[in-house]
Amino acid sequence: MSENQRAAGIGASGLVLEEPLLWERGRPGRSGMSPPRPGVPAAALPPELAGSGPDWPDLSEPEVVRHYTRLSSWNFGVDTGLYPLGSCTMKYNPKINEKLAALPGFAGAHPLLPEEAVQGALRLIYELEGFLAEIAGLSAASLQPAAGAHGELCGMLMFSAWHRRRGGGRDKILIPDTAHGTNPASAAMCGFREVKLPLGPDGILEAGPVAELMDGQTAGIMVTNPNTLGLFESNLPAISRLVHERGGLVYADGANLNAIMGRVDLGKMGVDAAHFNLHKSMSTPHGGGGPGAGPVAVGKELAPFLPGPRVALRDGRYVWNRDPPLSIGRLHSFHGQFAVCLRAYAYILSLGPEIRTASGLAVLNANYVREKLRTAFDLPFGRRSLHECVFTDARQKKHGVTTLDLAKRLIDLGYHPPTIYFPLAVSGAMMIEPTETESREDLDAFVAAMLRMADEAEREPEVLHRAPIRSLAGRLDETAAARRPRLTGDMGVGHA
Amino acid sequence: MKELSEIVIPGELRYARDHEWLASAPPHRVGVSDFAQDQLGDITYVELPAAGAVFAAGGEFGSLESIKSVSALYLPVAGKVTAINEALRDDPGLINRDPYGGGWIVEIAPTDPGQAASLMDAEGYRRHLGETA
Amino acid sequence: MTFRYFPHTADDIREMLAAVGVDAIDDLFADIPPECRRDRPLELPGPLDEWELTRRLEEMAAAAGGDWRVFVGGGSQPHRIPALVPALAGRSEFLTAYTPYQPEISQGTLQAIFEFQTLVARLTGLAAANASLYDGATALAEAALMAIRIRSRRQIAVSGLVHPHWREVLDAYLRPLEGTRIVTLPPGADGRTNLSPLGELPEPAVLILQSPNFLGFFEDLRTAGEAIHAAGGLLAAGFSEPFALGLAKNPGELGADLAFGEGQSLGIPQSFGGPGLGLLAARAEFLRQLPGRLVGETIDNRGRRGFVLTLAAREQHIRRARAVSNICSNAGHAALTAAVFMAACGGSGFRKIAQANLDLAEYFKAGLLRIGFEKISGLPTFNEFALRAPAWFPARHAALRKRRVLAGLSLAEYYPEYPGAWLFGVGETRDGADIDRLLEELKP
Repeated sequence: MSENQRAAGIGASGLVLEEPLLWERGRPGRSGMSPPRPGVPAAALPPELAGSGPDWPDLSEPEVVRHYTRLSSWNFGVDTGLYPLGSCTMKYNPKINEKLAALPGFAGAHPLLPEEAVQGALRLIYELEGFLAEIAGLSAASLQPAAGAHGELCGMLMFSAWHRRRGGGRDKILIPDTAHGTNPASAAMCGFREVKLPLGPDGILEAGPVAELMDGQTAGIMVTNPNTLGLFESNLPAISRLVHERGGLVYADGANLNAIMGRVDLGKMGVDAAHFNLHKSMSTPHGGGGPGAGPVAVGKELAPFLPGPRVALRDGRYVWNRDPPLSIGRLHSFHGQFAVCLRAYAYILSLGPEIRTASGLAVLNANYVREKLRTAFDLPFGRRSLHECVFTDARQKKHGVTTLDLAKRLIDLGYHPPTIYFPLAVSGAMMIEPTETESREDLDAFVAAMLRMADEAEREPEVLHRAPIRSLAGRLDETAAARRPRLTGDMGVGHA
Repeated sequence: MKELSEIVIPGELRYARDHEWLASAPPHRVGVSDFAQDQLGDITYVELPAAGAVFAAGGEFGSLESIKSVSALYLPVAGKVTAINEALRDDPGLINRDPYGGGWIVEIAPTDPGQAASLMDAEGYRRHLGETA
Repeated sequence: MTFRYFPHTADDIREMLAAVGVDAIDDLFADIPPECRRDRPLELPGPLDEWELTRRLEEMAAAAGGDWRVFVGGGSQPHRIPALVPALAGRSEFLTAYTPYQPEISQGTLQAIFEFQTLVARLTGLAAANASLYDGATALAEAALMAIRIRSRRQIAVSGLVHPHWREVLDAYLRPLEGTRIVTLPPGADGRTNLSPLGELPEPAVLILQSPNFLGFFEDLRTAGEAIHAAGGLLAAGFSEPFALGLAKNPGELGADLAFGEGQSLGIPQSFGGPGLGLLAARAEFLRQLPGRLVGETIDNRGRRGFVLTLAAREQHIRRARAVSNICSNAGHAALTAAVFMAACGGSGFRKIAQANLDLAEYFKAGLLRIGFEKISGLPTFNEFALRAPAWFPARHAALRKRRVLAGLSLAEYYPEYPGAWLFGVGETRDGADIDRLLEELKP
C-alpha cells in the first residue's frame, strides 16, 4: 500500500463535479451534430399524420460531451477498481475486443445481407457455437439468446417442446432454494410451476430430495453449478441420472461458469442444456446493465430444438438453415447479440485452451481472499469454495453493524461492494468474487479494507452507519422512490 | 428490528400464523401484526383486492411490497371483502406506523362467524412468535 | 506462458497457494468428483496474441458485409453516428460497470438511464418508459405478455404486417402458454392491416400493430385504437424506425396504451443485427406491469437529488416465479448510447434527420417509379417502401449483388400475397447523388 493510499483511507477520492439533468442544460436551436444535406427536394407527410416530433432539449456538442463525461465520473467500473460482485464475474474487459467489434466490416453489416456477403460473420457465429459447445462438453450451441435470463427462457422453451413431443403433461420443475430469481421466473414464462429443492447441510444438493420430488409431472431440474454459494454440486451426476430415469431433463445455469472452464464436462454430468453469460465468463463488458449475451449449449437430445435459423457449413461455405423442423423458433430480431458474441470469440481465441488457467486463477484468488478474511468474518459453510466465497455479518451484527453498512463503507474505502443479501438462504450474505484479473497486491489491499471495517465495526460502528461519505451521493431513499415513483423528468420551460 | 418483547399485540384481536389479525367484532377488519410490519420494513405498495371479492380461509387476497421483498396476504377466515382501506394507496406507510389502526387493510363479512375461534388470541400469538423466532 | 490479462507471476501463485494451504491450483478443484471432470484437453484454437487476433478478425471483417451499399431497412437501419456518441458511451466508467445495484457509486448510469426513460417517453407520447429490453422483437413479446396480465385475457391480435421476425419471436414466447391464442390480421390490399377479423375475436387482450409497417406504410392507429378499445383490449403500437416519430404523430397521441420498438437507429451500429435496443413505454396506469429495470428519482441522506433502481418488487430477483418478466440484464449500454445520440440530435436535429430520410425516400421512390416500378398502395411511407418490381428487376438485382450492392429485399418469402414486391429503404447516410447513381446502375 502506498503512502497516499494509507493517508486517504485505502482507495482515494478526488474531485467530484456536479452536473444537472440533460434538459437543465441547452437552449432551443442548439445542435450537437451536423444536420444532413440530402440534396433532394423536400417532401412532407400528409397533415393528418404529421406530428411535432419529440420535444427533446437542444444541446451543443461541447455541452453533450461535458454532460456525459461528468456523469461517467460518478460511476465505478472494472477499469476503476476491484469489483467483487459475486455471481457477476466482473473480470477485466479487454480493450482489443472493443476495437475489433468496431471494425467497419462487422459494425456496418446489415443482418439481411445475402449469404455471399457475410461469410465472415457467419463463420464467426459457426465457430463460436463450436467453441462454446466444446467448453461445455456438449454437442451444439445457439447464439440467439440475448442474455442469461433469455438463455434460461430458451432452455425452458426447449424443455417444453421436448416434453410436448412426448405427450406433454409435465408442468413442474425442480429449482434449488439458492437459485437466481431468473430461474423460477424463466420457468414460469413457459408455464412450469417451481418446486423448491432444499439444499443439504453442506450447502449442496443431495439426491434424496430429488428422488422424492421428481415425478411424472415434473419436466426436470434447473441447477447452477457451482451454486450461488460458490460450492460445486458434486452430486449432480447422480441427480441427473435420477431425473433422466424419470423422464426429465437437466438445465445448468452457467452464471458461475468462470469457476470451471476447461475443468469439468457438463455432458458427463448429465446436463441437457446450459447457458453461458458471455458478459461474465467471456469478458464482454456488462455496460451498466447489458447488452450481454446468453448462448445456450445442448446435448444431442435437445440439439434439434435449438432456436433457428441456424448457420451450417456446406461445401466450404456458410449457409443459413432457415427452418430446422423441431426448432422452438426465433428468439431474437436477427441472429443474437452479434457484436457481444464477437468480443467473446476474440476472448476465447486470445486464451485458447489456456482458458482453463483463467478458471484456475479465479478460484485461487477467491480462496486466497476467503482464507485471509475467515478470521474476521463469519463463513457459513466450511467447504472449500470455488470462484467466490460467501461471508455473513453474524459477527459484526453484535455491534449493530449490518452487511449493508459494510457494503456502503467499502465504497468509502475505494471498492465496489460485493453482492449482498444473496443468496437469500444465507442471512446477511456477502458474496465476494474477485475474478482472475486481480493482482495479489490488489487483493491484499482489498483484504486490508475488509479487515479495517471489521475493526471499525467493533470500535467505531458509527463510521459504518454513516457511510458512504466520499461518493457523490449518500445513501439514497429507496422507500420514497418506490412509494411515489418518478420515472421521467419534467423538461419544463424552454423545451416545449 | 424490534425485540420480541417490544412487539405490540393488542388483546382484543385474533391472529393467524401468517401474521394477519382479524377484528372479531364488526366491522371485521383485517391487517398485519406489528411483528409483520417490523419484519417487512418500510412498506412501499399494497396490492388490494376488489371490494366484493370472496376468499376461502387462507386465500391470498393481496400483497405487501417493500424495497427488497414482497409478501402475500392471506385472509385468516373465509369471507367476502366489504371494504378496502383506500388510504393505503397514497400512504402505505400507515401499516408501519399504525398496524392495528389506520393501517387496516380490508373489512370482511366472514362466511362462518365461528371460524374466528380457530385463530390465536394475543397470548397464543406471542407464544407462536417465540417459537418461530 | 504469461497472459497479459492475468497478473499472477509464478511467485505470486506459489505464495498464494501456500496461504491457502494447498500445493497446486488443481488441488483447489479436489471437491470435483472424477465423473464430472473433463477427461480430454480443450480443442480450441489459440492462444493468439493481440496482433494475430487482429489479423484474423480483420480478415473476417473484410468478408462480413459492412462495405456493401445497402438500400434496405427491414428492422435494421443504417444511420450516421456522430463521433461523440461512441467516444462518450465508450468511456469505461460506463462500459465496465455492472447493473447499478449500488446507487451511490452508479449515479452516472442511473442519471443517464433516467434521462433515457424521459426521452423515450417523450418520443412515444406515453407517460412511462422502462430502462430497455433486448430488442424490438422481445419488446413486442413483453408488450403482449403485459397486455395479457393487464386485461386478464389470452387472445392476441397481431397484424401480419408487423416485422415477420418479431412475430416469430412472439410465437416462440407464447407457444408453451396454454390457452393463449395469436390471431394474425391479414395484410389488406391497400398495404395496411385488414382490421375486420378483429370483430370476430372474443375478448382480445391487445391489438399489436407496427407503424410504419413492414411494407413501410403508416397504419391508421387511431381507427385501430378505437376498434380494440371498443372490444375491451389495449392498443400496442410498434415501430422499427424511431426516426419516423420525428415527423409523424406518436403512438400516445394516436391512442396507444403501449408502445414498443427497436431503437438501433439511435446511434447503435447495425452489427449484423445485434445488440439492438428494445424500447417499451406505457400509459401511467400500467406502470407496475412494465417488465425490466426502472430508474426513479429520489433524494439521498444529504438531501441531494439522486437516482435508484425502483419498483424492484415487480422483478425476478424479488418476486421470482411471479415476477412480471424473467429479464435481468437488459440493453443498458445500448440505452445509454441512444441517450447520448438523442442528446446530440436534440429535438430540432432529430426532426431535420427525419426530414432528410423522408425526402431521400420520396426521391428514391419517384426514381424507381420512373424506371418501371409500380406502387402497391398510394398510402404515405417514411424511409422504407414496398413497390412491385418490373420483370427485368431480379436479374439486375442479382447483377448488382456481384458489385456489393443490395438494392432492395425481395418480399416473396414473407408476403406471397404481394407478388413481385420488393422492399427498399434509404436514409441520411446517402444523398441524392448516391440515389441517382443507383438508379443508373439499375436501369435495364
